[in-house]
Amino acid sequence: MERKISSIKFLRFLKTVLLYIIIYALALVVLAPFIWMILTSFKDMSEIYVYPPKWLPSRLNLENYINAFSAAPFGRYYFNSVFVAAAVTFGQLITCSLAAFAFARLRFWGRDVLFFIFLGTMMIPYNVTMIPSFMVLYWLGWIDSYAALIVPGLASAFGTFLLRQFFMTIPKELEEAAYIDGATKLQVLRKVIVPLAKPALATLSIFTFMGVFNDFIWALIVINSETMNTVQLGLAIFRDRYLTQWDLLMAGSVTAVLPILIVFFFAQKYFIQGITLSGLKE
Amino acid sequence: MFYSHRYINKNKYKKGDFLSAFLFLSPTLVIFTAFILFPVFFSFYLSFHSWNMFSGDTTFIGLQNYSRMFQSAEFWQVLKNTAIYTIGTIPLNMVLSLWVAQILNKKFAGRKFLRTAFFAPVIISPVAAAVIWRWMYDPNFGLINYSISFLGMNSVNWLNEPTAAMFALIIMGVWKTFGINMVLFSAGLQGIPDNYYEAAELDGAGKWAKFWHITVPMLSPTTFFILIMSMISSFQVFDIVYVLTSGGPMGSTKVLVFYVYEYAFKFFEMGYASAISYFLFAVLFILTMLQVKYLKSKVYGVA
Repeated sequence: MERKISSIKFLRFLKTVLLYIIIYALALVVLAPFIWMILTSFKDMSEIYVYPPKWLPSRLNLENYINAFSAAPFGRYYFNSVFVAAAVTFGQLITCSLAAFAFARLRFWGRDVLFFIFLGTMMIPYNVTMIPSFMVLYWLGWIDSYAALIVPGLASAFGTFLLRQFFMTIPKELEEAAYIDGATKLQVLRKVIVPLAKPALATLSIFTFMGVFNDFIWALIVINSETMNTVQLGLAIFRDRYLTQWDLLMAGSVTAVLPILIVFFFAQKYFIQGITLSGLKE
Repeated sequence: MFYSHRYINKNKYKKGDFLSAFLFLSPTLVIFTAFILFPVFFSFYLSFHSWNMFSGDTTFIGLQNYSRMFQSAEFWQVLKNTAIYTIGTIPLNMVLSLWVAQILNKKFAGRKFLRTAFFAPVIISPVAAAVIWRWMYDPNFGLINYSISFLGMNSVNWLNEPTAAMFALIIMGVWKTFGINMVLFSAGLQGIPDNYYEAAELDGAGKWAKFWHITVPMLSPTTFFILIMSMISSFQVFDIVYVLTSGGPMGSTKVLVFYVYEYAFKFFEMGYASAISYFLFAVLFILTMLQVKYLKSKVYGVA
């Protein structure tokens, strides 16, 4: 009898171990493209074109990175991407805070209807607004400029919603004291609400930055000169030009992926919050 | 004292809230009008016109764009491709993400690391991801063909054969997005009270009984939400298609948004492209309404 129980326990233990092995193996499969990309980016062509594949590069040479950066102005692409993503993020923090404050704290005629319409715009797919938005920018003469990449992203229904929900949870007593001291609404927002809403602002910043940095289709549509390329657009063009130069392409990919991965490792919680709140935003 | 605060505050609200609300909202309203509201209506208007941006030809043609679309063999092919991609990714995606979410819901060593690993593909740029996968799918030196050789399978020319290319796209799509659903399922699982499971255990329920009688029904709102959201996003897939296969070979992976993109920004036929995008909008709108309706019934406790 005792032997039977211990053998059941042993089986159960075995099953648990097996489960862990499977899940770790799955994680390895999911991470394989990343590992493979990084390893390939250090190899020279003679090590890349071998079968069966050779996992480790013979040495850690950065030549591919240097070559990739000289084959295409990745430095410039980088500047463009970071500049645009930072500008959009900063802009959204301001416009969304202002709008969220109006929806959370001010009373005005039609507020709830307007808010409902706002939420409704989140359901409009990107590709419906894409063509006329392009035409608006064309009429404004903004095609192929930073403005084309930045201005359409300066407001966000998702961001406004996120901040409004957070602002609603802040107790009003704090603001009342400020109003008694003669503060204006803008001052209350800046000095009282914004400092308290840092976690929500952080989620919005990280989520927006990631979205803009990774954006491809919009840049593809509105940009046509090489100096205006973002990292993603530059990489896609690079792919067309150096079809099978995997040494350069992998170095380029590492470059395009690294900043977001680094931010992700340190601020994972904000990414996950953003995903959970928005459901899904591709 | 407390009373007087409230009183003062109320007066403050009444004075000129409308003007300040307008000022606070104006930056957002300007951007939204120019880049969402105007486009939604203008796109609809465009879809009834033959509108070439550069030649300046803007003729009202009624429903001709729509009839042209429904008579185009390419349109039906593209719609079919999009449907295959959607139907191909979703079941795999949902089963995998629910399974992983369930395992990661238990406490064990390395759980955090695993969650990070499974989520990593979600946050990286689709362009870079597709470049990496092109290398993975390389017919001669790629990791995929190398891996399947251990299973005794022959090399496949992944991105140059129509069926294989769609399959390759689906696998990459699942890899790229299942982390989102994993996170959403995790949140759903955490919402199920532990005592449900404890009570079931006392009644002698096994693992599968608990799964089918507690997890599945309790998770159904999450599952439905994920299903609809995944359909909405799969129907709009573009970036990974553009870089991985460029819609080829022989149009076998050309999807709806790619088709819209081609007509709008390669041929500059804004009218026809708008008609296609409005068709897509209609499909997505129906899906969204299903979602809203279902959520409403949840709120009133029907489902």
